[in-house]
Amino acid sequence: MNMTATLGGNTAMTKMSTSDATEAKAFNSNSAATIEEGKTVGKPYVKDPKFKLRNVEVFYGQERAIKNVSLDIGKNQVIAFIGPSGCGKSTFLRCLNRMNDSIDNCKVKGALQLDDQDLYDPRQDVVELRARVGMVFQKPNPFPKSIYDNVAYGPRIHGLANRKSDLDDIVENSLRKAGLWDEAKDRLDATATGMSGGQQQRLCIARAIAVNPEVVLMDEPCSALDPIATAKVEELISELSESYTIVIVTHSMQQASRVSDRTAYFHLGHLVEVNDTVKVFTAPEHPMTEAYITGRFG
Amino acid sequence: MTEHHPQAEIVRKSLKKRYRKEMRFRAYGIVAILIALSALLALFTDIVGKGSSGFLKTSLNLEVELDSQLLNLDDPTDPRQVKMADFVEPLIQALIRELPGVTNVQHEAVRKLINPYASTELRDALVQHPEWLNTTRKMSFLAHSDVDVYSKHADNKAYSIKLSQQQRNWVDTLKEKGVIETSFNDVFFKGGDSRDPAKAGILGAVVGSLLTMFVTLVLSFPIGVAAAIYLEEFAPKNRLTDFIEVNINNLAAVPSIIFGLLGLAVFINLFGMPRSVPVVGGLVLTLMTLPTIIISSRAAIKSVPPSIREAAEGVGASKMQVVLHHVLPLAMPGMLTGSIIGMAQALGETAPLLLIGMVAFIVDVPTGFFDSATVLPVQVFLWSGSPELAFIERASAAIMVLLSFLIGMNALAIWQRKRLERRW
Repeated sequence: MNMTATLGGNTAMTKMSTSDATEAKAFNSNSAATIEEGKTVGKPYVKDPKFKLRNVEVFYGQERAIKNVSLDIGKNQVIAFIGPSGCGKSTFLRCLNRMNDSIDNCKVKGALQLDDQDLYDPRQDVVELRARVGMVFQKPNPFPKSIYDNVAYGPRIHGLANRKSDLDDIVENSLRKAGLWDEAKDRLDATATGMSGGQQQRLCIARAIAVNPEVVLMDEPCSALDPIATAKVEELISELSESYTIVIVTHSMQQASRVSDRTAYFHLGHLVEVNDTVKVFTAPEHPMTEAYITGRFG
Repeated sequence: MTEHHPQAEIVRKSLKKRYRKEMRFRAYGIVAILIALSALLALFTDIVGKGSSGFLKTSLNLEVELDSQLLNLDDPTDPRQVKMADFVEPLIQALIRELPGVTNVQHEAVRKLINPYASTELRDALVQHPEWLNTTRKMSFLAHSDVDVYSKHADNKAYSIKLSQQQRNWVDTLKEKGVIETSFNDVFFKGGDSRDPAKAGILGAVVGSLLTMFVTLVLSFPIGVAAAIYLEEFAPKNRLTDFIEVNINNLAAVPSIIFGLLGLAVFINLFGMPRSVPVVGGLVLTLMTLPTIIISSRAAIKSVPPSIREAAEGVGASKMQVVLHHVLPLAMPGMLTGSIIGMAQALGETAPLLLIGMVAFIVDVPTGFFDSATVLPVQVFLWSGSPELAFIERASAAIMVLLSFLIGMNALAIWQRKRLERRW
């Protein structure tokens, strides 16, 4: 309902020709009818998926935040989740490594599988899951420790390195992959909170990949960064996509089109359309997707 | 211009009012701070003014003739003979020699200038050095507390001088001759309590306070922090935990004497622990400080940014690792602050300790957790209620020692907090 009102407002604001106006009217009545629960336009399923997600529903108390979403996420692919604020894309992302567990009244239903393994199985250990599915957050959140300790923390708690030299190698490799080695190699013992925002975010990415996960989840990783830092992080995402499956939530359509292989459009808890990124941005199948990517609302 | 901008005019008018309000508010604040400062200043000047003389002692420097006839003693190594010997007479004779024109008739009046414990000191010295018998030694003894009061407060109306006019003249002469001397009061820091103000010391109370505080810290800090972590991080949020939280908050407001009654009923009557010992005092004060520590520790844990938690969970840290590696170190400065506030409160607490018998008159310095002891605030309480005026300055001096302990503890806490903060 909210969406329809916004569209109506937009229609009134823009001075349209009569033919445009009728088109918009038709589109309006169309779109309201066409978001159908559980029906996703495009190609939600892929062959040999990393994540197989079926009929996922997320509740915050009584409120249904994710409504019957089914989606596959391919191996070593970058998939971008786009959509207006509050559409549930971050909530959905956080289901993938069970970060929602710590929210008291949050309940997840449906079948979520990582390599045919049920994520919400009571026998599934959440620590093990998060070692396989790393996460980078919206705001850079390095630990208030040294740069070295930030990257070494994951390998240390999982016991990935037995010797100091192994740990040193992991730290160096991770920082290299994150494109931070040259800037940070001389001050590994300096505190991480003294770095710039862009450096901090790349450090967080280095920290996430230091435990050598299979999947990296990114929740609007560039929203707190300036364009130059954003460009660096995007470049990094493209490089990482060779060896990791990456799920990225973004508000920037340009970013989605630049870094991702597939794009999923969420709206009010529904997954409206999923397709190859090129397809979504050039020939969206669903009128809502078109309205969003052309900037008519959102 | 103004006609064109009526709104600007309205804003300008209201601005004046707003600024006046702000100025008034500032003035209230400054007045409040000034009142607090002047109260503090008055308190300190009063305590220091009354107590500084407590750090001075009056002593008699005498040429004591250790004549065996006078002492009625042949062999200082024989305990039986030492018990029978008269150690007062040589002191009186030494003093009479210093006072011209005084005869043995005024024997009693002269004796009243010498501290009752001086003879014990002489006895101990002679037992330690038997070869001193039949020699003349220059030794220093405590003067009688009446002499002490007179020589310090001769012009002070608040002190009543118990010496006769003749005795006062003697003291004046002795002062001129350098026989009576005031110096730093080492006795005050070396001994326990005493019935004689000149002999009374604070060491017993200081050691008692330290032992009690140690027990309190060792018990209340770990228990309080553990309880806070459990309630904040692990406990399910339900009616029971709500009930517990409300009750912890209530406990923080319970008058401390109730904790004393609880300690008396549980630790002493039920568990049969001894009275007036630091362990029981520490246990009672632990009960009293726990709510403070739990509440402040929970606040410190709550103030750790959730992004740090998420970051740690994101790389796969378990709940315990998140708490131990990230939440606890970040919350530690806040927890320390809260604990120090609690400990400072406990250090100054008197009422609950009265009930468990730490108010007893204890002369010996405690050597362990199960020795009878008293603590600094109780010592202040005891001395300030004492009929002898010389104890007033002792009480003020003890307050100064107590305050310096508090300042020391706070300084330690601030230093620790800064050190922990710098690490991050």
